[in-house]
Amino acid sequence: MKMTLSVNGESRELDIDPRTTLLDALRDHLDLTGSKKGCDHGQCGACTVHVNGRRINSCLALAVMHEGDEITTIEGVGEPGNLSPLQAAFVKHDGYQCGYCTPGQIMSAKAMLDEFGQGWPSNVSDSLTDAPDFSEAEIKERMSGNLCRCSAYPGICHAIRDAAADEGMSNREAAE
Amino acid sequence: MRPFDYVRAETREEAHRTDGRIIAGGTNLLDLMKLQVETPERLLDVTRLDLHEIEEAENSVRIGALVTNSELAAHPLIRERYGVLSRALLAGASGQLRNKATTGGNLMQRTRCPYFYDTTQPCNKREPGSGCQAIGGVNRILAILGTSEHCIATHPSDMAVAMRALDARIEIETPSGDLRVLTLDEFYCLPGDTPHIETVLEPGELIVAVHLPEPPKGRQTYRKVRDRSSYAFALVSVGAAIEVENGKIASAAMAFGGLGPRPWRDQAVEEMLIGETPSQAVFEKAADTLLADAKGQGENDFKIPLTRRVVVSVLSELTGVSQ
Repeated sequence: MKMTLSVNGESRELDIDPRTTLLDALRDHLDLTGSKKGCDHGQCGACTVHVNGRRINSCLALAVMHEGDEITTIEGVGEPGNLSPLQAAFVKHDGYQCGYCTPGQIMSAKAMLDEFGQGWPSNVSDSLTDAPDFSEAEIKERMSGNLCRCSAYPGICHAIRDAAADEGMSNREAAE
Repeated sequence: MRPFDYVRAETREEAHRTDGRIIAGGTNLLDLMKLQVETPERLLDVTRLDLHEIEEAENSVRIGALVTNSELAAHPLIRERYGVLSRALLAGASGQLRNKATTGGNLMQRTRCPYFYDTTQPCNKREPGSGCQAIGGVNRILAILGTSEHCIATHPSDMAVAMRALDARIEIETPSGDLRVLTLDEFYCLPGDTPHIETVLEPGELIVAVHLPEPPKGRQTYRKVRDRSSYAFALVSVGAAIEVENGKIASAAMAFGGLGPRPWRDQAVEEMLIGETPSQAVFEKAADTLLADAKGQGENDFKIPLTRRVVVSVLSELTGVSQ
């Protein structure tokens, strides 16, 4: 079926089977191969993209259901020579080994920092009503939907803390 | 994935057609379709309907069926007055999944029984009459209460456990436009000899909202015990609200996840607690009452002592009794 997707600010025409996931539409039809297919069942987070500013697993979304939504992929976040703060921080802190999960980690972290900035609590927040502390425990809990089989988690955490500090987030504990 | 027709409902009337499987967030349904556990011929996309609002009425809240799990968990009203619900939502899934999963879809999600997911195995829920291999098989995560000889699956939702403790009502719109309003106990069926029938929802009916009455008095909590500390289903979970007045338990609401085919609530447990002075012995008696009919299936026998400890621990926390 014919449809239009808005990806990274551009309107793109597609003619796809309704079964096509958003991930497959991006990778196989729009040649945006930054988003990765890991488990294809919403368990690993490698396919994370933003829909209307919120992170989702693009493998558990049908492309046809996202007509009219604003989709952002890793290609829309930065590019060689013009990295976003999170991308630069991942490079600086070795937030990867093989790099396969990295686009998903960065897309997830970017939206997670927005959620944090909006005061969303998490499962490890002591209070549901006070602003959460930007602690390592909070980062780990909020990033639990992104797996890294190389286990580069210490570098990933450092990179996120660093990028958050650059963006002026309250990071009393993270700076320790 | 098997081929299907895709239809987008632009109006409520269009959402009442009886020949389509309703899809909203899709986080569970698409997963099951990839595995061909679910093979709908037509998907009916209801995400464009106007069911995205959280509305405050007098001493109550009405949650639109399309409100996402993350929006609901982060909403100031829910955080301030219905903490058990916020906590339950935040204890479930991942940030990405909570952004997509909806209130109505969460209520409708299917069991994570490994035999239900494996199409090479018999399963009475997936293929009525084929048998249950979980009984006597791999059943570590499965139910100890409310089971039958045909099915021992659990309902996987955390959200629904908190809603059960909060006396939530599900608003269902019938094809003629009437509203049916049901408690979660009325909504979910026990397996009996028809484990493939999970709810009383009729073809063409649509969940439009969940209604929360006035918040319970006293303290609320959600405790979830699982194999890892994040992003895992409950082995045992408890959503509870307990009020202590003049040294005695004045009101109690307790619902359980990971134990039964629906969010489990046992009135006898609450009746036993009310009027008692909180103590370890009273809490043990509450656990005895809850677990009187519990039946282990081998691998999940551990859930009986685990539930006992979690009940005692949660009641201790909420009443201020030191363990």
